[in-house]
Amino acid sequence: MSKIAKAFRDNKKAFIPFITAGDPSLAKTRELILTLEKAGAAVVEIGIPFSDPVAEGEVIQRANSRALAAGCTTDKIFDMLLELRQVSQVPIAFLTYVNPIFTYGCDRFFEKCRETGVDGVIVPDVPFEEKGELSPYCLKYGVDLISLIAPTSDSRIQMIAREAEGYIYLVSSLGVTGVRSSITTDLAAIVRQIREVSDKPIAVGFGISTPEQAQAMAAISDGAIVGSALVKIIEESGEACAAAAYDYASLLAEAVKQEK
Amino acid sequence: MSKGRYGIHGGQYLPETLMNAVIELEQAYEQYKKDPSFLSELQALYVEYANRPSLLYYAEKMTEDLGGAKIYLKREDLNHTGSHKINNVLGQVLLAKKMGKKRVIAETGAGQHGVATATVAALMGMECVVYMGEEDTERQALNVFRMELLGAKVVPVKTGTKTLKDAVNEAMRVWTSRADDTFYVLGSVMGPHPYPEMVRDFQSLIGREVKSQIMVSEGRLPDVVMACVGGGSNAMGVFYDFIPDKEVRLIGVEAAGRGVDTRETAATISRGSLGIFHGMKSYFLQDKYGQIAPVYSISAGLDYPGIGPEHAFLHDSGRAEYVPATDEEAVAAFSYLSKTEGIIPAIESAHALAYAMKLAPTMGKNRIIVVNLSGRGDKDVAAIARYMGVNLHE
Repeated sequence: MSKIAKAFRDNKKAFIPFITAGDPSLAKTRELILTLEKAGAAVVEIGIPFSDPVAEGEVIQRANSRALAAGCTTDKIFDMLLELRQVSQVPIAFLTYVNPIFTYGCDRFFEKCRETGVDGVIVPDVPFEEKGELSPYCLKYGVDLISLIAPTSDSRIQMIAREAEGYIYLVSSLGVTGVRSSITTDLAAIVRQIREVSDKPIAVGFGISTPEQAQAMAAISDGAIVGSALVKIIEESGEACAAAAYDYASLLAEAVKQEK
Repeated sequence: MSKGRYGIHGGQYLPETLMNAVIELEQAYEQYKKDPSFLSELQALYVEYANRPSLLYYAEKMTEDLGGAKIYLKREDLNHTGSHKINNVLGQVLLAKKMGKKRVIAETGAGQHGVATATVAALMGMECVVYMGEEDTERQALNVFRMELLGAKVVPVKTGTKTLKDAVNEAMRVWTSRADDTFYVLGSVMGPHPYPEMVRDFQSLIGREVKSQIMVSEGRLPDVVMACVGGGSNAMGVFYDFIPDKEVRLIGVEAAGRGVDTRETAATISRGSLGIFHGMKSYFLQDKYGQIAPVYSISAGLDYPGIGPEHAFLHDSGRAEYVPATDEEAVAAFSYLSKTEGIIPAIESAHALAYAMKLAPTMGKNRIIVVNLSGRGDKDVAAIARYMGVNLHE
């Protein structure tokens, strides 16, 4: 059983925070991962910064720019994770775009993932039709290729779900990442369709910022992913970001785990 | 391998949220490209609205001055809106209308594609929003105002390098949020399938016209067909019909900016490497970690870090050659054509002219070069004045 699968089994509902690696520095990223684990994260999603993150809203775009300006690279992220793995075994999924992986070399990239204990990858610009670009390497090195399902997926839902690995990233709303005041998609209907063909855990992401939203999303699925709201707190609190992130993440983790 | 491949290039690397939108687009395009009434409606627009066919002009003074091959200019600058961009936009916006879309969005670099989209949106009564890098809105202020006059909203993009690639990023982001009622009018032979194929098809009338026009004036095919290449739509348009004619050399001229050995360049084939970005596998200017490079060219229309996948394939197969031309060479060609033929070319097209000026004298007088003059240069006059250190008081 993969570490991700085990995390969903052990946590009735999973709280999954997202941060961008290297924002504001890789030393802080390491500290933040440990902090988020302590706050109750079941899995931590780590963004490998990209120059042109087309699926991201402004908050995460800015985090990508800050991280790259501070000199963050894929190699430095792997080095940081190798060190982190001496003290923490929290499940980790990378979120990045296909070009940083492809240009690094898929074989070398996924081999490094295995070496540093990266359990899954989420690549928003690789849809079902193109996953052959990455899946042979994921299989070879035992890394879960996490699929996204969107409100517009319709007839594609079951095709994607049937072949999903790790967990299914259910995109709550149209558009790019970022905080939303309300989520109007009929997610329960999508979850039902997924459940007909897959028993993989489902986590809802995009737009979640409040404990109430996180709880509601986790209630209809297996977990809630929180990115932009957390990244914004990190942006605003600078050196003190770990403490601020801990307070916020604890609140959300608790809300997610609470039965309604 | 997925759909829309040119050798290893192309594909459909897009967020899941957009997949049904491109599938819907692909199905609609497959249907309408064979529909006689769609095609005749489009043909009427080309003739009555866009002023096609465009002329194939024998540049006699330029030919005599350079003393080598005969130079013909395909006058896409004479099209309505002043460039080849209208060919593609008429096709796409007509398709959007057939698909029941009420709203179009577009990216633009130099502003030519934005102006063409704003124009056709006005004609067809559609809402139009154009995304343009903030730096380009400054370089091409006149085109911003033209788009606004045409009823479009222009949104300056302030992220990244604030140029064409960032405008594409932003248009894709916005499309993700409103794929249901919005048609993304992509301006070049790039992006995810079906765009590279569809844009090529809508532009390929350039090469078809050249072929029949040159047969009338010379009774034979040209020896060389050349065009400037950013994403590559005018080049693909003029090349496509000549691909089977192996004796015709196809030359794409990239923007070298301050030189291919500097960081301030946009010459993708000369300096790029294989990558996956903006929905396609192709060549890109990038670093070893796959971060897309900030690119530079005096020409906002060629200032793009990638190249269309079919060009990447024509390069791999050796069917087309790709060569660089610098800012300096392009500006010299810009002035040269203005003074020699009384035609002010777009600074983009001036890159192709710059290489023609090098090549023509090395060829015999019985040889023929066709240069695709993709656009007119009115939009560039202020920027060229600045480049030459001339102070304009408007």
